[in-house]
Amino acid sequence: MTLLTRKKFLRVLGATAALLTLSANVFAAPLKVGFVYVSPIGDAGWTYQHDEARKIVQQEFGDKIETTFVESVAEGADAERVIRNMASRGYDLIFTTSFGYMNPTIKVGKMFPKVKFEHATGYKTAANVGNYQARDYEGRFLAGMIAGAMSKKNVIGYVGAFPIPEVIRGINSFMLGAQVMNPDIKMKVVWVNTWHDPAKEREAAESLILQGADVITMHTDSAATIQAAEAKGVYSVGFNSDMSAYGPKTHLTSSTQHWESIYRAKIQAVLDGTWKPEAIWHGLREGVVALSPMNPLVPKEVVEKMEAYKMEIVAGSRAVYQGPIYDQAGALKVAEGKTLSDEELHQQNWYVKGIEGKIPQ
Amino acid sequence: MDIGMFENILFAMVRTGTPLLLVALGAMMSERAGVLNLGQEGMILVGAACGFIAAYAGSSLGWGVLAAVISGVVVSLLFAFIALTLISNQVATGLALTIFGTGLSAFLGAGYVGQTITGFNTVKIPLLGDIPLIGKALFEQDLLVYLAFALFAAVFVVMRYTRLGLIIRAVGENPDVAHALGYKVMRVRYGAVMFGGAMAGLAGAYLSLAYTPMWSEGIAAGRGWIALALVVFASWRTERILLGAWLFGFASILHLLLQGYGYEISPNLLAMLPYVVTIVVLVLMMYRQQNQGLFAPRSLGQPWHSPK
Repeated sequence: MTLLTRKKFLRVLGATAALLTLSANVFAAPLKVGFVYVSPIGDAGWTYQHDEARKIVQQEFGDKIETTFVESVAEGADAERVIRNMASRGYDLIFTTSFGYMNPTIKVGKMFPKVKFEHATGYKTAANVGNYQARDYEGRFLAGMIAGAMSKKNVIGYVGAFPIPEVIRGINSFMLGAQVMNPDIKMKVVWVNTWHDPAKEREAAESLILQGADVITMHTDSAATIQAAEAKGVYSVGFNSDMSAYGPKTHLTSSTQHWESIYRAKIQAVLDGTWKPEAIWHGLREGVVALSPMNPLVPKEVVEKMEAYKMEIVAGSRAVYQGPIYDQAGALKVAEGKTLSDEELHQQNWYVKGIEGKIPQ
Repeated sequence: MDIGMFENILFAMVRTGTPLLLVALGAMMSERAGVLNLGQEGMILVGAACGFIAAYAGSSLGWGVLAAVISGVVVSLLFAFIALTLISNQVATGLALTIFGTGLSAFLGAGYVGQTITGFNTVKIPLLGDIPLIGKALFEQDLLVYLAFALFAAVFVVMRYTRLGLIIRAVGENPDVAHALGYKVMRVRYGAVMFGGAMAGLAGAYLSLAYTPMWSEGIAAGRGWIALALVVFASWRTERILLGAWLFGFASILHLLLQGYGYEISPNLLAMLPYVVTIVVLVLMMYRQQNQGLFAPRSLGQPWHSPK
């Protein structure tokens, strides 16, 4: 009797499995897309912008895709474990959104050749690993124009995390933008040697304000700089997402990232079977970089001039690093009529003229 | 260098030193009673998260401070139960508390990243605040800094002039003798650990409600560890903790201020300063200790249970 039951059971099981396989072929399962975030999503910041983009593409693609995310994944061994886990659970496309995920992504990519990976902000690609970045410096340039126009004391303060090319590029771009509006502008930089220590960021911002800076911006993770500026009544410019909540009166604008166009294109490519690994660096033109809504205190003609420059950059008739550009010592770094190549942009280790102090070695 | 620059450096020094002062006072109290709690960083973070959440939800800074202190006490009780009642290894338990507190605070605060509140404002004390050089540093701070001064004075008096201070020290030096004399060793140790939790929670409140009124993960940024080093640096003496907190605060922001003033000193070198100071002081202390006896409470970190 038991034998019969088992046979029956197996037969039913077999039939179900066959049916399931059949239906899977008829109704294609949604594409599984995973996102790995380095910090909590929160209400602002780097990870928040990535998650906003994830929500947008999820809504657009509807039941064709199924997105999941893991937040607060520390760079290093944890990251590898999370990425591997996602890959082994049948995800088709995995976005890893922090610089420190680069090597873990490449490593897991080798273990799962059928899974496609996209890593943000790194420089390595592989057969199944692509790479994407935002041209933040274009947003910095436009924000710098606003800052230069709004400074009365002609001093901008910049709180930097570490003196690496990415941060230096932002500093130079901001300065070049400021010089468009105000040729006499100077800039002071304070390095805090950390991406995230709100108390130190605040001290750095205040020391810049004490030195006469009346527009402050930063390349660190927290909004402590914006808060410090609000408390002292000087203007500030944010980064990553709209930080106006931290400085309702004095925040001018923020240079922000919007990743949905990249996510949309990559997901569509995988759905169409046309995905290939490539390194892409998108900016104002593709809408990946933008400025957040402007403080009403910024005069209309300033906004108009900024918009005009933006249009030229989008059209390709203007570059942020358009010669002639001189370094601090007055040496010509970009000749008249020349621009910097992407490779040169990636390797910046010099300050443009008008920035005070030296880059720590 | 003008007087304004010195005023500003002193002001920033006192402000930066305040969370260190609060944590170190609490840690010293529990170490004086013989309990080594390495969970300071975790307790600060839980205090900072709960303080911010309460201040945000209750829209009152007072509730925030209260919640921070209570949450600090609650997590310290967890430590006390495991380390004292269950007699586990204090070092391991303390480390676990730091890891736990880091995770718990991140979990609790996840929905509050990016939210804003209006933090404590500076309150200038009339007349005293006008004293040149030190007036701004000591008498033009926010309420929590003044509270830290008051708590420092209270701890100083208790440890030096009161019977309670003697009992705490006796428990930390030799719990067996203290027990034989009829003192409740467990109760004293529990109390000292809870005081430490309250102080760490308060330091958390200072960070998330006054210094930088926001919640962000890992807002303590290692201050719990610096405070623990500070207690050793101060050789468990209250008055030296105050000086040490200011010295460490000064060392940790000097490079920011000097850069702002345009001095070309490597910020990397200056950022090392607090740690260099710690190492130098430890070496000096060990040297003195070998020649002049121990500074640390004798039963520090050793498990104890009442003889049956």
